[in-house]
Amino acid sequence: MAKMTLEELRNLRASKQKSLQKRSIEGKEGQIIIGMGTCGIAAGAKTVLDAFLSELDAKGITNISVTQTGCMGLCHVEPTVEVVVPNMPDVIYGNVDAKVAKQIVQDHLIDHKLVSDHVFDRPAADIYVKDGDK
Amino acid sequence: MAFRNYILVCGGTGCESSRADDIYKNLIAECEAQGVKDEVQIVKTGCFGFCEQGPIVKILPEDSFYVQVKPEDAKELISEHIIKGREVTRLLYNKDKSHKHAQVEEIEFYQKQFRIVLRNCGFIDPEKIDEYIARDGYSALEKVLFDMTPDEIIGELKTSGLRGRGGAGFPTWMKWNFTKMAENDQKFVVCNADEGDPGAYMDRSTLEGDPHTVLEAMTICGKAIGANQGYIYIRAEYPLAIHRLEVAMEQAREYGLLGKDILGSGFDFDIEIRLGAGAFVCGEETALLQSIEGFRGMPQPRPPFPAVKGLWQKPTCINNVETWANIPVIINKGGAWFQKIGTADSHGTKVFALTGKIKNSGLVEVPMGTTLREIVFDVGGGIANGKEFKAVQTGGPSGGVITKENLDTPIDFGGLQKIGSMMGSGGMIVMDEDDCIVDVAKFYLNFTVDESCGKCAPCRIGGRSLLNILEKITNGKGTQRDIDNIHSIGLAMRKGSLCALGQTAPNPILSSLKYFPEEYKAHIEEKRCPAGKCKKLISYSINVDKCIGCTACARKCPVGAISGERKQAHIIDQAACIKCGACLVACKFGAVEVH
Ligand SMILES: Cc1cc2nc3c(=O)[nH]c(=O)nc-3n(C[C@H](O)[C@H](O)[C@H](O)COP(=O)(O)O)c2cc1C
Ligand code: SF4
Ligand code: SF4
Ligand code: FES
Repeated sequence: MAKMTLEELRNLRASKQKSLQKRSIEGKEGQIIIGMGTCGIAAGAKTVLDAFLSELDAKGITNISVTQTGCMGLCHVEPTVEVVVPNMPDVIYGNVDAKVAKQIVQDHLIDHKLVSDHVFDRPAADIYVKDGDK
Repeated sequence: MAFRNYILVCGGTGCESSRADDIYKNLIAECEAQGVKDEVQIVKTGCFGFCEQGPIVKILPEDSFYVQVKPEDAKELISEHIIKGREVTRLLYNKDKSHKHAQVEEIEFYQKQFRIVLRNCGFIDPEKIDEYIARDGYSALEKVLFDMTPDEIIGELKTSGLRGRGGAGFPTWMKWNFTKMAENDQKFVVCNADEGDPGAYMDRSTLEGDPHTVLEAMTICGKAIGANQGYIYIRAEYPLAIHRLEVAMEQAREYGLLGKDILGSGFDFDIEIRLGAGAFVCGEETALLQSIEGFRGMPQPRPPFPAVKGLWQKPTCINNVETWANIPVIINKGGAWFQKIGTADSHGTKVFALTGKIKNSGLVEVPMGTTLREIVFDVGGGIANGKEFKAVQTGGPSGGVITKENLDTPIDFGGLQKIGSMMGSGGMIVMDEDDCIVDVAKFYLNFTVDESCGKCAPCRIGGRSLLNILEKITNGKGTQRDIDNIHSIGLAMRKGSLCALGQTAPNPILSSLKYFPEEYKAHIEEKRCPAGKCKKLISYSINVDKCIGCTACARKCPVGAISGERKQAHIIDQAACIKCGACLVACKFGAVEVH
């Protein structure tokens, strides 16, 4: 995109705000967000990313995008993965490895079940008011 | 079929110990009894980081957060919440839901974590500028470019009460104002991303997770003080942060948010990255500027301060990464909003990197004035492996220890100083009963001695002498005179060093000496290390009455110091033993003893 004017920036923000809220980018219905800070990568987030990509491929799932984000602050359970898909609550999984990634694809995405023992949360997530809520 | 509800039962150690497992079983049984087994999935999770209020049960998708749940409550949770769809108010943490959107002061009470700096970390894709923009990104820049004068920008900072997060806590608005007042045709904006204290990684994570916030903030500063060029000084050993910054700068330039005539406002500003080689002293602002200019990174006497004569002798405004990350939020929400968070002495939040013997190590952002107890025990989940809390080192190699007695001191700039530590950049290293306080002090001193630039004699020679004394003490050769010497050398360093590295290097020793005199005494008078850490003062031996001759220790010993026949008591050759402790861990019968 070329340089923007004030007007264009505001329009872009307005349009992206909606899509970020719904977290549905470019025709995708859901998102797998992998914590790729240094801590996550050191703990194997790259392998997890690859595992998700290949497993989604293998299962023929095309409406889920895999993206990265920074450190979620849950360094003790890295690698962490947030799964945001329709009809399921948003969940953060911790201690994810390639095997758990496969399980998430099968259980969470296909069978609509949470993967026990790997569910974590942003620390006390509902006790602070999220920035966008007010 | 999809489930209607998901019940998350905390399976962390804290909640487990208060019968979370019974809750889990009862919930399953109740779901079955009340006929909703197929509609609800019950899941055990990791620690919610809120152990003090445990056991925790959270029900999705309503996001109801139940605390102090008892196994007997399972029935009601199912019949009320799941079947009738009514929350069980008496168990809710936030009992009055309508208050959820009340003013800051009220909500603050409920908040342990409050994210300003890390607002986007772990939420947006740092390599997509659109996601940053969607979260109000660059709207503060819009505001300052089109609707605010430089004085109004600085006035907003003044109202906010923001103090620098790089360590010294200097009021940010004053720094900006000095740089603005300095007359010159060229000025610079610098971001200090050197972050080199042991155990600290707040700034790195911020840059990795949300690089645009720093770019936006620096541009705002440029507008406020009249600068058109910024530099980010970052260590080469942070490749991911550098990469994300480069991507972000590229995207910002493409969108016209960096470079010439930003958003058609006529204002030009651009940023370059300068790599540091990872010397701790280069985080000191004057040394950092020397390093950017291509000289050896050595601190310079102040005044003149960088605000008057900085980079290439031009007025320069230098701030820390975390300081920068606060700026766009302050501009967007107003200084008055920010000012209400925290304490009278320090406003806003602070990011800490919790490491050491803590259960949930990680990054936490809490309002200023949160107590150490809340950080360590609520957010951090307490000490790992059920050990006893001993102390926390804050402020890294310039700071000191905080002990049990001071756990309830509200943490802000002034509060920490009062108890002999300091805020520093925000590393928090938690120690348990197995850590030797003298050894920890030695660790930090070793670091500062290594990192001293060598310019001043008190720092260069004093640091080394202090280290020698600690070596002596941990080797069991210390005397009472050494303690006196520590005090006088420490004083000389504090008074005679040019920069804060030398001035504060004695802090870890002085503060541990103040709070744990008996531990120094044990090393000096009894030649004993109570924590069993100092190798010269301990010995391992095998208790013949307990040893069953399983040979486990002998097989683990890396130097073959253990001998003995199978099923016969084993023995350690003290001359050969290197005191690695492997046998202690290996023995399942408690036969290996430390003295
Ligand atoms: C030895 C030494 C190391 C320092 N390291 C850093 C550092 O890594 N990052 C930082 O932001 N400030 C560091 N500082 C503090 C800076 O000198 C300066 O106070 C800070 O960059 C000012 O920014 P602020 O006002 O936003 O805190 C260090 C100071 C000393 C004496
Ligand atoms: S106090 Fe130490 S690090 Fe600082 S300038 Fe002097 S010698 Fe260098
Ligand atoms: S402490 Fe280490 S070296 Fe000494 S006996 Fe035990 S295993 Fe061997
Ligand atoms: S163990 Fe349940 S909240 Fe920490």
